[in-house]
Amino acid sequence: MIGGLLSVVLGSVLGGVARYFVSGFVARRVGETFPWGTLIVNASGAFLIGIVGALAQDDSSVFASADPWLFAVTGFLGCYTTVSSFSLQSLSLAREGERGRAAGYVGLSVALCLAAVSLGFAVVSLFR
Amino acid sequence: MTAKSGSNSWNTAILYACVAAGGVIGSVARYLASLLIPSLSGFPLATLFVNITGSFIIGFYSTLSGPDGRLFATTRQRQFVMTGICGGYTTFSTFSLETFRLLHDGRTGMALLNIAVSVVTWLVAVWLGHVLASRLNRLKGS
Repeated sequence: MIGGLLSVVLGSVLGGVARYFVSGFVARRVGETFPWGTLIVNASGAFLIGIVGALAQDDSSVFASADPWLFAVTGFLGCYTTVSSFSLQSLSLAREGERGRAAGYVGLSVALCLAAVSLGFAVVSLFR
Repeated sequence: MTAKSGSNSWNTAILYACVAAGGVIGSVARYLASLLIPSLSGFPLATLFVNITGSFIIGFYSTLSGPDGRLFATTRQRQFVMTGICGGYTTFSTFSLETFRLLHDGRTGMALLNIAVSVVTWLVAVWLGHVLASRLNRLKGS
């Protein structure tokens, strides 16, 4: 229990810092009229969780044991990706009258993230 | 390095620390929720719960501490609560993995239900939080 909690804490420190860095970096590069930063964070996190999820199916993988999984998935990727910012940005776009962009953001986020998980699984099975 | 750029990087470091500290609090809360809330015959209820409540909290707090809000909050406090706690508490990656697993297991109906219910309830929650905080902001007195 304590080992698991510590794994989540360590992973989430790294995940939170990584999200703040990536979303800020993207926002400075491409501007903030559309939330590309959060979209890239969520899609890349979904790709990585696909890889880890596929690796964990193999019992000999490190991710098949509890603490590495809690560190990588619950801690790092859980903290790295975010639904709250996604929801707030969708609401902001809609309230600014940008309904098309809001709908596009929602659709693109869900589609890209599901595609990214599938891609993560596909990449692992390619090398197996 | 000039004094100004030195204080800028110090300020940035503090913001990173606020996000990291909030992220730990949010993530531990999400971990506890995942231990306490069982899945409902395969439906990932714990993830739905954290994403709904996290969306509500960010909608409520961002409006309450916004330009017309009655709660004064510094940039550091806003980053701590919104980017840190709410960001760490909610998760898009676990939602994606759980949906993919349902699809992978041939439970297409359950997967589509998870997508539809999640997206709609997240957006309703952030909107409700915003509306409630707007009402509070308009109340007389302070």
